[in-house]
Amino acid sequence: MVTTEQVWEALAEIPDPEIPVISLVDLGVIRDVGVENGSVRVEFTPTFLGCPALEVMRDAMAERIRALGAEPEIVVRTDDSWSTDRITPQGREKLRESGFAPPAPREASAPTLVQLQSNVFRCPYCGSTDTRLENIFGPTPCRSLRYCSSCKQPFEQFKTI
Amino acid sequence: MNESEARSLLEIADDELILGWRDSEWTGIAPLLEEDVAFSSIAQNEIGHARALYELLARERGITADELAFDRSPEEYRCSRLVELRLLDWEKTVARQYLYEEADAKRLAELMQSSDPEISGLAAKIDREETYHRMHAQMWFDRLKDEPRFTAAIEELRPLLDAGREEHTSELGELWDEMTMVRRSQPAGTAW
Repeated sequence: MVTTEQVWEALAEIPDPEIPVISLVDLGVIRDVGVENGSVRVEFTPTFLGCPALEVMRDAMAERIRALGAEPEIVVRTDDSWSTDRITPQGREKLRESGFAPPAPREASAPTLVQLQSNVFRCPYCGSTDTRLENIFGPTPCRSLRYCSSCKQPFEQFKTI
Repeated sequence: MNESEARSLLEIADDELILGWRDSEWTGIAPLLEEDVAFSSIAQNEIGHARALYELLARERGITADELAFDRSPEEYRCSRLVELRLLDWEKTVARQYLYEEADAKRLAELMQSSDPEISGLAAKIDREETYHRMHAQMWFDRLKDEPRFTAAIEELRPLLDAGREEHTSELGELWDEMTMVRRSQPAGTAW
């Protein structure tokens, strides 16, 4: 009989389809795992509702659970109880190592343009805070584009959500 | 979900779907590369919001989100005139974005007070994503607010914000033809 721990271990091996250096577990998007009578229920929240990787993630989770000999039920939770603050410390480190600046903490109020345009965001390559916002939007909904004036390198910033 | 909430959710879902399509028309032809990226990303978000809203509504009706999104006739959509217009004019596009985000923030704030936790939770998630659209719209508003062509566009489009939900222009029909072309070309019961 499959255990909750085995399911978490299996899910920890699934890379994020768009940022494969980080797993779904490190990304913090898996909210809950429940095992009952040979079936496994997983609840997860997409970073952004329009995330094109949603189906890929759902299918990958279902496949891993079937491989454990259990019947999967994948539930997408679309409320606001998930935030980028749930990315694990290891996940944040993996993002930084591969050139993505991790998200700033979610604060009581929504982020503002003034905050994004400020240069408190650290370059993941050289560590300088002499960086500027190039575009609120990037190659996927969860990323912004920034430029480091110190090492002259563009980089992607994970959005706070 | 009561009737008034269902009507409101359908209006928002239709607005987001149709605006998402209109925004995507800037992919590759925006006046700045950064705006190609921005409008493509905004379009993707809007269609993601539409999908989540259609899923809630479709479940109540016992159909799928795709059936609700695409298997209605154009006159059954409840989107506003503002979003259905095909705008290939930058000032008007930015004016539409600004007006839409301002109005959208108000109705999302209302939905966030819903006693149905699924509705209030989804509205809060959507609102948090829309924060980035509002920043983008505000940035362009601040940049163009003294340009007469922009202020004229704002005045021209403002009355369309909540207009035309029951009666649509031929532009929506043309968009619908494109949007549903592949789906309609397949026999009923096709497994997608």
